[in-house]
Amino acid sequence: MTTDVLLFGAFPYVAMALFLVVSIQRYRKNAYTVSSLSSQFLEAKQLFWGSVPFHLGILVLFFGHLIGFLIPRQVALFGAVPLRLLIMEVTGLTAGLLALWGCVLLMLRRMTHPRLKAVTSPVDKALYALLLFQIVTGLWVALFYRWGSAWYVQTLVPYLRSVFTFQPNLAVMAEMKLIPRLHVIGAFTLIAVFPFTRLMHVLVAPLPYLWRRPQLVLWNRARAEGAPRSETLR
Amino acid sequence: MDVRSQVSMVFHLDKCIGCHTCSIACKNVWTDRKGAEYMWWNNVETKPGTGYPTKWEDQDHYGGGWEASNGLVQLRTAGRYRGLTNIFHNPKLPVIDDYYEPWTYRYQDLFDAPAGDDQPTARAISMLTGKPMEITAGPNWDDDLGGSPLYAAKDPNLEAMSPAERAQLFEIERLVFFYLPRICNHCLNPACVASCPSGALYKRGEDGVVVLNQERCRAWRHCVSACPYKKSYFNWSTGKSEKCILCYPRLETGQAPACFHSCVGRIRYLGILLYDADRITELAGKSDTELVDAQRQLILDPHDPKVIAAARAGGMHDSVLEAAKKSPVYKFVKDWGLALPLHVEYRTMPMLFYVPPLLPVLGRAESGTYDTSTPDLFGALDQSRLPIEYLARLFAGGNVGKVRFALKKMMAVRYLRRQETVGDLKPEQIEAMLAEAALSRGEADEIYRLTSLPTFEERFVIPPSHREEAIAALDDPLEFKGAAGLGFREPPRRAL
Repeated sequence: MTTDVLLFGAFPYVAMALFLVVSIQRYRKNAYTVSSLSSQFLEAKQLFWGSVPFHLGILVLFFGHLIGFLIPRQVALFGAVPLRLLIMEVTGLTAGLLALWGCVLLMLRRMTHPRLKAVTSPVDKALYALLLFQIVTGLWVALFYRWGSAWYVQTLVPYLRSVFTFQPNLAVMAEMKLIPRLHVIGAFTLIAVFPFTRLMHVLVAPLPYLWRRPQLVLWNRARAEGAPRSETLR
Repeated sequence: MDVRSQVSMVFHLDKCIGCHTCSIACKNVWTDRKGAEYMWWNNVETKPGTGYPTKWEDQDHYGGGWEASNGLVQLRTAGRYRGLTNIFHNPKLPVIDDYYEPWTYRYQDLFDAPAGDDQPTARAISMLTGKPMEITAGPNWDDDLGGSPLYAAKDPNLEAMSPAERAQLFEIERLVFFYLPRICNHCLNPACVASCPSGALYKRGEDGVVVLNQERCRAWRHCVSACPYKKSYFNWSTGKSEKCILCYPRLETGQAPACFHSCVGRIRYLGILLYDADRITELAGKSDTELVDAQRQLILDPHDPKVIAAARAGGMHDSVLEAAKKSPVYKFVKDWGLALPLHVEYRTMPMLFYVPPLLPVLGRAESGTYDTSTPDLFGALDQSRLPIEYLARLFAGGNVGKVRFALKKMMAVRYLRRQETVGDLKPEQIEAMLAEAALSRGEADEIYRLTSLPTFEERFVIPPSHREEAIAALDDPLEFKGAAGLGFREPPRRAL
């Protein structure tokens, strides 16, 4: 029980505090390092087959988990029809397999190309291991603890929400099987290490590009009052 | 009218001797660092040739620049939607092998090798992996037509010529090449700026220099693929893109950029051009052959009172207007029509202009002797060894007339000078040539003077950058000490 208190009662807060404080601090003090060091310039072909499925899979999984967390009642109701539940399960499993495929390929790629060793740090290796662990435990849950999209919103989401209301409901986690418990611990570990790794690039996803002016012109001095400010292209 | 000023450049190719001094000056100042070994912000290519990176002009392959469709100008393969959907893998990004794998030599072996029958050698060591490597490409691998069946024959610009012309090009009697020094064009419609998802690239309002904020660069690499000139480079070690900054710390202190300053042949000119920022979109959408004229329309006359009034209204300093009036670039581009933009059909409105080279005439191998003499003293333009179509493809979007106009003028100046220094030509012939080139004697003299005898101050007319106006007078100057200038305040270490 004491381990449960540490792992599911205390650790989530440590993880989220680290995430918030260190992310903001790193962005403010060392914005230079906030990106994912791209290796496409050194090896482009295998990257395509690894990076694209990995990212697509991870994005689907991330938003799937997030939607379940935000609107559990609606998701539960949606999954009440067997066909819809099946669709959710198949979508999740496919995304998981895509992420697994991508992650494994990216790891093999890093290991086999001598040029990539020059741009792979120990932190990168640890992060790959952690991501693989998370994907494998997730797939394990999907395969052997069937209909996760139904029970996730009934059991885990209440726990996660209880964490956010600062009254962690440990009873739910105590009833969980080992693999789902590992998956939850892995998730909070990822959140904890997030600001120390290249995962930081998620926070600077270039969404403002969708609405900013295409051409940027910066003036050193203030322009005269009423001076035209036309930018060159739509 | 939104009048802005742009530091612009002219390279006089008739004077370039291909010595690469500019490249070395730039390399020593800016790119002698880890991750930047392969970068040549300034490089000199042999034309015909595939260039650096290999076949950079082949936009079907690299997908750089803009394309015009229905009056709209759009990035070819980058931009909001295509750029963001390719964010996990950029299909048009060149890889390091398109440039070359940087290497050094294991020099210590020359000292440490045990005594033996053979001389010790220093093996090539890859600067990526630190392991021995076979060198298969390097900077200027096809310099002076080296390996021309492999390299020069694949020049994308040769498409402008017929197969017969192409075959003849590599016959030994016709062999011809010229040098093309290239730096960032500091375009008016830069594809790199428009393609950067992070907004790290920007154009400086006062002088138009295109720079990249390394603190904001997030390694999406779209500038590298979007720049049709491949003048934005990816540093594989720091994970940041880098590009030519036109030595702005030198410009701001009134000095010419390192490559300009060091140019042995004095082929480079630098000065201000005024342009109307409101008309860029409209004029960038013209058809390929109209683009040279469209770009010249964009450039405004600094003597025109209306332009001066609009510039002042926009806050332009009088010293900049004065510099614009004295700009050698304005004379070459607008007054004389001698200087042309490189690949204007990429629609970035490049602000680096080239005076096309007067290439040697066609030779004949008759009765065992090689003869290049022609009835004309310097040979006729249409007998030039490299067809004008080739030059038009490079410098005029295929508009042969623009190149012919420039070459005719240069030829007329050449004849005039011959007459004045040697005096063996008929005055009527000179008058006829000047008339055909639409050239007055005064203008011919001016061209001659600025081409052959210019002083340092005439070649480089750099307006003061008025940093004092950017920093309020009452601010503590020590606060800004070390804030402008070279290098990083912290080493560019990634660590994580």
